[in-house]
Amino acid sequence: MTQETKDGAQGLSRRSVLKGAGAAAGAAAGSGAITGFPAVWSQEKKVLRYLGTAVNQSDDINKQLFKDTGITLEYISATTDDVTKRVITQPNSYDILDTEYFSLKKLIPSKNILALDAKKIKEFNNITPIFTKGELPNGKKIGDQGTAPKKVMFLEGKDSTAFAKGVTEWVTLIPTVYNADTLGIRPDLIKRPIESWKELLNPEFKGKASILNIPSIGIMDAAMVVEASGLYKYPDKGNMTKQEIDLTMKVLTEAKKAGQFRAFWKDFNESVNLMASGETVIQSMWSPAVTAVRSKGIPCVFQPLKEGYRSWASGFCVSKGVTGKKQEWAYEFVNWFLSGWAGAYLNRQGYYSAVLPTAKKFMSEDEWGYWMEGKAAKADIKAPDGSLLEKAGSKRDGGSYDDRMGNVACWNAVMDENDYMVRKWNEFIAA
Amino acid sequence: MAKKDQPFSLPAWAQAAPFGVVFALFFIIPLAFVVMVSFWDYNDYAILPGFTVRSYVETFEGCYDQLPDLCTILKTYVSTVKFCFLVWLFTLVIGFTIAYFLAFHVQSVTTQMTLAIICTIPFWTSNVIRMISWIPLLGRNGLVNQGLIKLGIIKEPLEWLLYSDFAVVLAFVHLFTFFMVIPIFNSMARIDKRLLEAAYDAGATGWQTLWNVVIPLAKPGIVIGSIFVITIVMGDFVTVGVMGGQQIASAGKIIETRLNALQFPPAAANAVILLAITLLIITALNRFVDIRKEL
Repeated sequence: MTQETKDGAQGLSRRSVLKGAGAAAGAAAGSGAITGFPAVWSQEKKVLRYLGTAVNQSDDINKQLFKDTGITLEYISATTDDVTKRVITQPNSYDILDTEYFSLKKLIPSKNILALDAKKIKEFNNITPIFTKGELPNGKKIGDQGTAPKKVMFLEGKDSTAFAKGVTEWVTLIPTVYNADTLGIRPDLIKRPIESWKELLNPEFKGKASILNIPSIGIMDAAMVVEASGLYKYPDKGNMTKQEIDLTMKVLTEAKKAGQFRAFWKDFNESVNLMASGETVIQSMWSPAVTAVRSKGIPCVFQPLKEGYRSWASGFCVSKGVTGKKQEWAYEFVNWFLSGWAGAYLNRQGYYSAVLPTAKKFMSEDEWGYWMEGKAAKADIKAPDGSLLEKAGSKRDGGSYDDRMGNVACWNAVMDENDYMVRKWNEFIAA
Repeated sequence: MAKKDQPFSLPAWAQAAPFGVVFALFFIIPLAFVVMVSFWDYNDYAILPGFTVRSYVETFEGCYDQLPDLCTILKTYVSTVKFCFLVWLFTLVIGFTIAYFLAFHVQSVTTQMTLAIICTIPFWTSNVIRMISWIPLLGRNGLVNQGLIKLGIIKEPLEWLLYSDFAVVLAFVHLFTFFMVIPIFNSMARIDKRLLEAAYDAGATGWQTLWNVVIPLAKPGIVIGSIFVITIVMGDFVTVGVMGGQQIASAGKIIETRLNALQFPPAAANAVILLAITLLIITALNRFVDIRKEL
């Protein structure tokens, strides 16, 4: 105050100084810098910006997380492609990233994300060996064509951009959820058993089939068909040579010209609508989309096929801009996510959680039996929101965890010839 | 307005400056970046500064060696131009008819305005919703098919109603006819009614009056409406995607696929090509009528 009076004496009137101070205080209050009594400052607000596809983003998770840890998540949801784009172009717009393993080939070299330290992840050693070794908890090896998580899960060092061959301390993504995808069918309209991927291009379903219009995934489904029809056996469906891409696209193009496909779908709701309205009777699909069709009272089966599943997995990492306290919160959050509540929540939606023993503690014996062991449900099976999913006595499509994940044939992937493949995909759409 | 002998007077510049700055910041500079990036190289995760024509060469891949088959880019543009022509034709005929009715058959200005506002009602909801609402109507088990089957007109549902060229054109016409109506109506409203009377007195038939009096005078509106419709259809990929079941190529779709694969330079190159072709069409249209003079 003395200073101000002195300033005033030096030419500023006292009044203008007061006015200025008032305006400054007003601006501070308006900007939210002053939110209440000083006591509020003792508790810092723990907020993490969480970028991902909407798969793992739910209010329920956020509420439970806040209850257990005081952390609040600000969800930023985008499509898989847009998540990747955002990581590359706006690395400071998020703290936690939830993305799929196959995009790591693009994300890691950009140096926009940080590897996590396995030592700080409490349940790290309990993470299912599907990720660390490419095998089931019972030791059975599973398919590793494409970008299998074990190939890109570890880095050679903290700041390395090279994927390590074996297990190291530096983890690219801490796994959150994964699943085995297959074809969805309408048993009421097909009226006969479907056992092989080749049925997708069976002329019997002319004008009633559909695939994903996401090139990297669509071409793998097509490759499953090519193999199932005995046309060609790929050394690695997830990493084709140019000739293999040409061959696969030729098969797809011929089917398209013959009018096999009703439409291609790009998002969850499109796939649900196509199937529910009867526009398609057989199509590549995601597990919760099948559930969504069924919840409308329309029969739809996530059909297990003898050639196996195409699998995907996603996990957490942090933005390179995350340091200090925020980094601690990030670890706290990841540790909470693996501690069981969230895992059980995801398991109940038909996904699989990364740490099975902790999730089991949060599920009833009947729930665990239905979702994970392929047993008939003793009571009605309910979704996390309490709505009825399956009546007592029903069994999960594809059976137990071991039966489903044990039959994975390939993983979603980004190929070395990705650029060529995308050009060929555009050619296919134009054909 | 500046006098003719001092075209560069300060007030004139000052008046034009705000828009000029907006135009430069949000159009010229971004466009310059797009052109620049289209000549850069790229890998899986980054764009690499430098000069290469890779994106253009790859875009036109096979255009020579695949002859007489068309390459991807040509096929795409043939399809896009086909949609442009069909949509232009239908929106023109329908739009012209509506505008003619509003301008010459409705006498009171109040009724004219009321009817014009009624035409805007569909615009109160979003483009996407207006488009998607066709799907339950046209689907295999949709209202149209069910109705026709119940009436005994067809036995099997018509497959081509949805996810077809027909569906795309239908949605475009539904969405964009209004962009024809307003400029044509605007031109027609300015036509001196005495000219029509004079034509009638001189013994012209209705068609002759239409062809020799109304259409020439409504030309600026027709050209402006056409520019609206053609530029929208050329750049659209959402309508083509949704109504075509993602099975029909469009220039915008190629750009989107490239962007999603993080391949920015080829996306930029395709944007430049699209822009060039659209500009060519607009220039050709301008040959028919000097819009600046007519306004």
